Amino acid sequence: MSTAAFEAAPNRLAPESDGGPAPTRIVVAYGFWIFILSDIVMFSALFAAYAVLSNNTAGGPSGAELFNLRNVFLMTMCLLFSSYTAGLGALSAEQRKPERFLVFAAVTFVLGAAFLFLEMSEFAGMISKGAGPWRSAFLSAFFTLVGMHGAHVTGGLVWLAYMMAQVAAKGLRPAVLRRLLCFSLFWHALDIVWIGVMTLVYLMGAQ
Amino acid sequence: MDGDDHLLADRTPGVEEHESTASVLSYTVGLGLAIAATIASFVVSQTNLLWPPGIPTGLIVLALAQIGVHLVFFLHLGSGPDHTNNILALAFGVLIVFLVIAGSIWIVANLNENMMPMSTH
Repeated sequence: MSTAAFEAAPNRLAPESDGGPAPTRIVVAYGFWIFILSDIVMFSALFAAYAVLSNNTAGGPSGAELFNLRNVFLMTMCLLFSSYTAGLGALSAEQRKPERFLVFAAVTFVLGAAFLFLEMSEFAGMISKGAGPWRSAFLSAFFTLVGMHGAHVTGGLVWLAYMMAQVAAKGLRPAVLRRLLCFSLFWHALDIVWIGVMTLVYLMGAQ
Repeated sequence: MDGDDHLLADRTPGVEEHESTASVLSYTVGLGLAIAATIASFVVSQTNLLWPPGIPTGLIVLALAQIGVHLVFFLHLGSGPDHTNNILALAFGVLIVFLVIAGSIWIVANLNENMMPMSTH
């Protein structure tokens, strides 16, 4: 694909060495990519804390007694499909089709909200059974790690609603497109963190 | 050099191809592979399809495969010249993540090993 782009526009691309400053979109995406990686490093500290503390249940319930894998599977599917619709939305924005973007963004928002609802009901169920974060080191680490991911999803939903308002009010101009690009990176990166949570916390914890 | 002039040249994570069919296809393929990996993870963890002591390793391999699928099909990380910096930053991030997680597990396992036996009250 990349070579096709080179051939289609021979005069727009100089060799890497003397191509001049990179276009704004590339610089913006690179900067935001660095932010995402630093966010993932922060998550790695929470994963490390969970891995170290996950057996310290202090006589309280363990993961195998608390986790409902059917619920976790539904949450995973919500996130995967929301990533898919977010991608289709980004595609519609690239093609300058604001109405289609708004439809896909709304579906993304609903799927993200469904994920959060399932997570909140799981937390509420655990707390009502007396398995809140104060019960044991395992539960403190669990609520911190999973709750931090949930907080990121909440932030993503606020950002998505804000981006929908921007597209509706300002249209798909270059600055708005760059913000949408950052949002897509953020939303897809949350999926990657969730794969870690699903595998290390739920699937291994339910063994 | 601004605005639409760049569109053909821009290839960064999160920036799609500009031929729509190719991209819808790549997102759909990515979704299919991700769902397959997720289902495989759940099946492996809930059955004895794998040799039981090997299940955690199997789950980690499936998770890494799924992360790879997400990076390529959703984040559009590729091997093109525009991706060099992104890949380098990712490699550094992976190094730090590995050091923090593996180092913590290693150190605390050692501490547990060397701890004095606790008296039960």
